[in-house]
Amino acid sequence: MAVAAEAVADAQVFEHRRGFARRWYRTPSFVGGVSILGLIVLAALAAPLITNHGPTSQDLLHTLQGPSSSHWLGTDDLGRDVWSRLVYGARTDLKVAFLAVLFPFAIGTLLGLVSGYYGGWIDAAVNWLVNVVVAFPFYVLIIALVFALGSGTRNIYIAITIVGWVSYTRIIRGEVLVAKRRDYVLAAKSGGLSDARILFRHLLPNVVTQAIVFACSDIVLDILAIVTLGYLGLGVQPPTPDWGRMIADGQTYLTTHWELSTVPGIAVVFTALGLSLLADGLADLLRPE
Amino acid sequence: MSEPLLRVRDLQVEFRLSGGTLRAVDSASFEVGRGETLGLVGESGSGKTVALRAVVGLLPRTARITAGTVEIDGTDVTAAGEDRRRALRGTTVAMIFQEPMTALNPVMRVGDQIAEEPMVRLGQTRRNARTTALELMRLVGIPDPRRRADAYPHELSGGLRQRVMIAIALSGNPKLLLCDEPTTALDVTIQDQILKLLQRLQHELGLALVFVSHDLAVIAQTCQRLAVMYAGQVVETGAVADVFREPRHPYTLGLLRSVPDFDVVRAQLAAIGGAPPDLAAPPHGCRFHPRCPFVQNDCLDGGIPLFDVGPGRAARCLHHDEAAADARREPVIANA
Repeated sequence: MAVAAEAVADAQVFEHRRGFARRWYRTPSFVGGVSILGLIVLAALAAPLITNHGPTSQDLLHTLQGPSSSHWLGTDDLGRDVWSRLVYGARTDLKVAFLAVLFPFAIGTLLGLVSGYYGGWIDAAVNWLVNVVVAFPFYVLIIALVFALGSGTRNIYIAITIVGWVSYTRIIRGEVLVAKRRDYVLAAKSGGLSDARILFRHLLPNVVTQAIVFACSDIVLDILAIVTLGYLGLGVQPPTPDWGRMIADGQTYLTTHWELSTVPGIAVVFTALGLSLLADGLADLLRPE
Repeated sequence: MSEPLLRVRDLQVEFRLSGGTLRAVDSASFEVGRGETLGLVGESGSGKTVALRAVVGLLPRTARITAGTVEIDGTDVTAAGEDRRRALRGTTVAMIFQEPMTALNPVMRVGDQIAEEPMVRLGQTRRNARTTALELMRLVGIPDPRRRADAYPHELSGGLRQRVMIAIALSGNPKLLLCDEPTTALDVTIQDQILKLLQRLQHELGLALVFVSHDLAVIAQTCQRLAVMYAGQVVETGAVADVFREPRHPYTLGLLRSVPDFDVVRAQLAAIGGAPPDLAAPPHGCRFHPRCPFVQNDCLDGGIPLFDVGPGRAARCLHHDEAAADARREPVIANA
């Protein structure tokens, strides 16, 4: 019977299912990115277990010491353990960066969906806002905003959100403009589904991939921004450990104790590398077949 | 005769273009009774898909209905608001598309896609909607529905995808199913299965179908009545058997003569000369006159109305006897 033959031919296609779960380990950049980030996140989470000094506890009798069995990476100018500050700094910076990418991601994606789907004056208004934000250089605007709002993590979130949402809106809007002309959207409409349902149940899952991939590279920018703000004294406030602050504090002793600035610098580079590899791998894996 | 389920009267759809307007559908009228199948035939650009989309109220943004009425189950949807029209979609009138790959959401499991309308439109619980979806998959002949329900569209064959789409269209319990060339993208053996499935469903569920196609063999197999469209106008309507035996419009005659392998001994296929007219500047008088073998002077001016040419039949031709006489001289189908 023809139906049976079709079923057999179809079953073979079915068995060759190449899902995300079966492909991730064959994507080197994804494995590399996840490994590097995994190590950093693990260290940050297990911070109290893998350090033997508090990140803020000073020991003024043992300042600017080199590596020893007690202080693995030595101490800074206030006698604080560098290894401990590095690990606790990862906690601060990763948490702030993750949250700082979440708000622009959510707001930007929502605006992109709505403006791409409805078009007309909504689209015109959103585009006008995007152009206003894009007209300013990223760092100039962030620093100006933090300067105006005052330093501290809450204001970092606000500043990065105000500046960062535009990229997500542009990406999602472009994807929606293409996707909304596809027949499955017309089919959903012909089923009498509401606009909200079409937007969030049908369009969003089809377009969000690009935004997720971008978020992984955007978080690198955010970490750099947070570190930069910390370096300028506008970021996370002392005594909370933060890599940017560590680099700034170590600067004074660069000629004699270069490792004070270099070690957190390497940590920033490794985190950025891990995230970039992850973004690259995700882009490969999430690309529709 | 009872009130028809779908009644389209003098429908006119215009596209706004940068250089003016284009009338894609011009005073088209057709009716579909409950449980009946109407074929809408015409070549590309004849306005059949636009007419269908006007019926469901899903025209492209640049197009609008400028005249005429579309009544579905007694409701004039051209006068109704968007909410009323949306309420009819899915539950009264549903649509099947030409290309099942693009008409299914690529990142949603097919079972979820079929269960969506029962859940959202019919208010079923998630669990009941899932059961409904599996029943529908069984109804449209998908083997092993439990396993297939968790598949994504790209994991299914073309025939199965089209069955999934039919299941989705049926999931809101519609009375009228609009099929926009549902078999064109499929190969011939699968095409036949899908046509038989649609016919079976029509009998079992008492559905009314509108079947858009350029394939006369498909129309002959599935439809009781047909409306032939040319350059945005309905040029001939009637029962399929009558029209095929004795076409009353030269365009219908030309279409039938140009079909290969139609159980008729024909030495050579007769193509219709020329090309369809530019709808932005249609010819005066009869739109078919530049290509018509029977053209006379009076064809060149004035709008040509639909003439009553027999029981339940109409043709938009001043000289409809000529086409009929030609068909009698040399039958277009065997045993006519």
